[in-house]
Parts: sequence; structure tokens; C-alpha cells
Amino acid sequence: MSGEDWWCQGYSEPGAGSDLASLKTRAVRDGDVYVINGQKTCTTLGQYANKIFCLVRTSTEGKRQQGISFILVDLDTPGIEMRPIKLIEGGFEVNEVFFTDVRVPAENLVSEENIGWTIAKFLLTHERTNIAGVGFSMEALEQVKMLARTVKRNGKPLIENPLFAARIAQVEIDLEAMKITNMRMLMTAQKQGAQGPETSFLKIKGTVIRQELNDLARRALGPAAAPFPAEELAGNLALAPADHATNAAQYFNNRKVSIFGGSNEIQRNILTKALLEL
Amino acid sequence: MDFDLTEDRRMLFDTLNRYLADQYPIEHRNEVAYAAPFHDPAKWSEMTELGILFPFAAEDAGGFGGEGFDVTAVFEALGRALCPEPILPAVMASWLLRAAKADQSELLAGSSHYGVAIGELDAPYALEDITTTSTASGGVYEISGRKSSIYGGNIAEVFLVAARYTDDIGLFEIKAKDAKVTGYGLIDGGGAAELFLDNTPAQLAIADAGKALQDALDIGALALCAEAVGLMDVTKDTLLDYLRTRKQFGQTIGSFQALQHRAVDMMTEIEQARSITIFAASRIGESDQSRSVSMAKNLIGRTAKLVAEETIQMHGGIAMTWKYSASHYAKRLIMLDHQLGDTDYHLERVMAGITAA
Repeated sequence: MSGEDWWCQGYSEPGAGSDLASLKTRAVRDGDVYVINGQKTCTTLGQYANKIFCLVRTSTEGKRQQGISFILVDLDTPGIEMRPIKLIEGGFEVNEVFFTDVRVPAENLVSEENIGWTIAKFLLTHERTNIAGVGFSMEALEQVKMLARTVKRNGKPLIENPLFAARIAQVEIDLEAMKITNMRMLMTAQKQGAQGPETSFLKIKGTVIRQELNDLARRALGPAAAPFPAEELAGNLALAPADHATNAAQYFNNRKVSIFGGSNEIQRNILTKALLEL
Repeated sequence: MDFDLTEDRRMLFDTLNRYLADQYPIEHRNEVAYAAPFHDPAKWSEMTELGILFPFAAEDAGGFGGEGFDVTAVFEALGRALCPEPILPAVMASWLLRAAKADQSELLAGSSHYGVAIGELDAPYALEDITTTSTASGGVYEISGRKSSIYGGNIAEVFLVAARYTDDIGLFEIKAKDAKVTGYGLIDGGGAAELFLDNTPAQLAIADAGKALQDALDIGALALCAEAVGLMDVTKDTLLDYLRTRKQFGQTIGSFQALQHRAVDMMTEIEQARSITIFAASRIGESDQSRSVSMAKNLIGRTAKLVAEETIQMHGGIAMTWKYSASHYAKRLIMLDHQLGDTDYHLERVMAGITAA
């Protein structure tokens, strides 16, 4: 809680993205340690972390989900290599993590062997409400309005352009509804003591709203959205209102929110099974 | 109707495609497109020696084309290769020099880089909003103002500048060495510049340049449409390859109907985008040229966004990475909408035509 430890999450693998249960990173018990071999990918902000919690395969018997365990690993353990991945917009925030004969004390296993899937599902359900990002969207909406008041088109503020104002109004309507949807689901979770599959609604709709707002900010800037962020800063170009130089970068970067934490397609699969009974 | 390219244009398209596939692979493209000068001067020389700028001008101006389809054939090929060479300012400059009845042999040969400086910070797309001023004293002109987001301006030696002149807009020629030019790289690759003019000496090229400028904007927007068609064809192929080979849940992800239908919808829209580009190319030089180009640029803007976003989403995390080619195609597809009028701007122009009719 002191902030000394920065945890990152070792779930996805090159061959196990949406199909997380197909993960292959192995942990083999050897006396009082587990020996881990394999590769994780898309590990967010891993380059700043000193600890990682991992899903690892401890058994290949039975259903794939039943052979997975949840283990905590110190990132300074020998045999771990972290390689940052350059993203679409040029930034670095995810990593590949390679494990070669990494020896981890057996006491770092959370709970017991082969119930890691249950633990991970519980954590992911919480991640989904967070990914809805209502707070981010509220802030982004204000930013878009501010931008549309500052930027001029045809001698008038962009916000007076009916086409653009309509775009803003539509997202604002969606966001108002989203706030209530989010509250309703939190209330249900409170009453039932647990969140249900409905959190997938939040993930799907919440991410689309966030992306729509990033899209509007990018559009509002017109050609001024185009400079490479570092170029804009270095050239002191003042193309766009302060703090908005990176809006195209933000738009591209946030294409991730409908992919990570279980892609929106996976959320639809979850809802199809759990709620529609199809 | 025959929608195939004429034999000459087909040969040009094929030659350019072969050259770019061979000489401008995506790895090389990414090396040069994101670092100053944001293109490859050696490749520029080779391409212009191949004669790729000559199709932009008619025979009486020293070229061998000058029609809408000459421009779309070149730009579709450039789009397929995600080529960052500053060809767009060349085609716009060629149209302007034609209107000015000026010599364009240096432009067509590729020995001189032109920057076309029309847009401003508060007037990125519309000619009516231009505020840059010109003053005349004793046959010498001076221009003051700031021209913004000039594509290829970072390497231009000559700028063709739109500025207020009497009650209209004039076109002026300014040497880069006489002005303050700040170049920079773009998020989707390639370079641009800001042009700062403060009583900068200029030559008047066209006094009453409204129509010439609109024609240049139209041909530039058409070029971007064709570039987008090339980009979308390649992006679609990359996606289909991935859908056929990427396995999750024990099967190729292309076997999931949820993705199949989205891929089909995407293809349908790409075909529509190709059609509107052909339509607009056929209207160049006609009375409905501007309206037709606006229709095309609007539909291209919508389709390019769909293709970019759906391609990233259906790929998943891999298309979010710099290393994967589709991410760079997606960036270009999105940022095309920020050049020469976005989806809303062109929709308004089409709407204005409906109201006026």
C-alpha cells in the first residue's frame, strides 16, 4: 500500500489473447520452488513494475481452465527478460516478458494449484467496470467541448457548427445513460455481494463511448491533429490549443480499450452464454 | 460502361506497383517516413525519373495526361505501398501552374519540390476563410500571414501561396529561402511545414485565383481518395490473411461468423468507396466537379475510418503494435481525413448543393 511495489499482470501470451485459457507458460514444482518457462505479452506498464502476477499452466489434464494456477513473481528473479513493445502511435506501455527457468518460491502460489482461472475471472470482472471508464469519458467530454469552443471554422467557434455539435450531443446522451447503467450494476453487485456477467455491458458500451470522444477531439483539431507529438513539442508549433497536441496519438492509443481486458467480441460471447441462453 | 483503366494507365499503374513493391517495402517505408526529411530523396529521384509526375499534366504543358484518371491511377499505387513521398503537393502544384500558364518542366521532372500553401490555422479547408494578406508597391508584392500544415513543405524550395488580393484571392510564388519555414513529421508518416510570412517578397502567379485554387483542392482531394482505395485494398488483404491463419479456441478466427459478416460489410464499403472515386475522377473538368469530389471525399472519410478501426479490432492486440504493418496503414487511413477537408466539411458542401438546387 506504500506504493513501493508496482504490480503488473501476466495473463496474455502470443498464442493466447482472447482465448486466454490456451496459455502455455509452464510452472513445474521442484521441491520448494516452481520453475517457470514461457512468454507473456501485452503486459501493461511492465517496464516500471517490480512484481508480476501470472497465470501459469501447472497441469495439462482435464479442461484447459482447470490446469491454470495464479502465482506472484518478483521481477528481479534471474531468468526474466522484459522487452517493451512500441505501439501504433509510437509510445511504449506494454511489454513482452520472457521466463527462462525462473525459480519462484512455492509459497508465492495464490491459494492452491489449478484454481487460477477462478481467481483471474474474479479480477477480470472488476477490471471490466474499470474499463468502462465513465470518469475518463466525463473528463474527455469536457475537453472536447473546450476544444470545440476554442477551434475556429468559418470564422466561428467549431461548437456552433451544427454537424459537430450534433456529434457531441449524441455522445453526451450515451454517456448520461452510461453513468446510470454503471450505477445500476454497482447497486446490483452490492446487493448480491458479487458482480455478474452484466459488467460486460459496461465494457462494450463504455469503451465505445471513450473511443468516440477521442475521435471527436481528433476531428476537432483538423490538420493540427497530424504532427507527431514529439515533433509538435520540439518545434513549439502552437498548432493546437495547449495540451491538445497529442489528440491523434490519444485516439490511436485508445483503440486498445475495446481489445484488452477481454475484447468486446469476447464480452459479447460472455453475454450470449450467460444472459441470452442461446 | 468500361471501368477498366486504359492500356496506357494500366501500364503506368503496373509499373509503379512493381517498382514500389520492389523498392519501397514497408520496413524501408517506416524507416524513412518517421525521420527527417520524412521521405527518401534517392527514391524520389528514381520515381520521378520513371516519370510518375508526367501523367499529371496535359501534353501542351509537357506531360502526357492531365485527366482525373491519370491522377487516380498513380495515387492508388502510392496508397498500396503506403508511400510517404510528397506527390500530393506535386499534383496540386501542377494544376496551379497549368492555370497560371507557367512552365512546369522542373516540377514534372522532379527536380524542384513545390509546397502548396492554402490552409491556415483557423482556415484549414475553406478558401473563403483565408486571412493571409498581400500588398503591392511598384510591381513588387509582399505577403504576411501564417500558412499551416503544408504537406511536403518541409522540403519545398518553392511555395505557391494563397493570399487576399484586392477583393479576391491571389496565388503567389514565394521562395523557401525568403520565408521562415518550420518543418515537422506527421503521426502517419511523411512531413509537413508551417510557413511564416512577414512582408515576404512574392511574385504574383494568378490575380483572380479562386477557381484555380478550388480546382487544385479538388484534384488533391481526388488524389487522396484514390490513395485511400489503395490503402484499403492492402489493409483488407492483411486482415483476411490474419483471419485465415490466426487460431484461437482451436480454430481460425476467420471461421467465426461474427467476424465473417463484419469482413464482408467492410468489403462492401470498400467497393462503394472505389465506385465513388471512379465517379469523381470522371467529373474532373466538368461543371459538377467540386460537388462530385466532395461526395467522394465524404464517403472515403467514412469508409477509411471503418476499415482502419475494424481492421485493428478484428486483429486484436497485434495491430496495436508499431511492428505490424496494418497499424501504419490504419494511421494513414484515419489521418487522410485531416487533409483537404474532412468528412463533415465535404458533407456540408454536398448539403449546400442540395439547398441551392
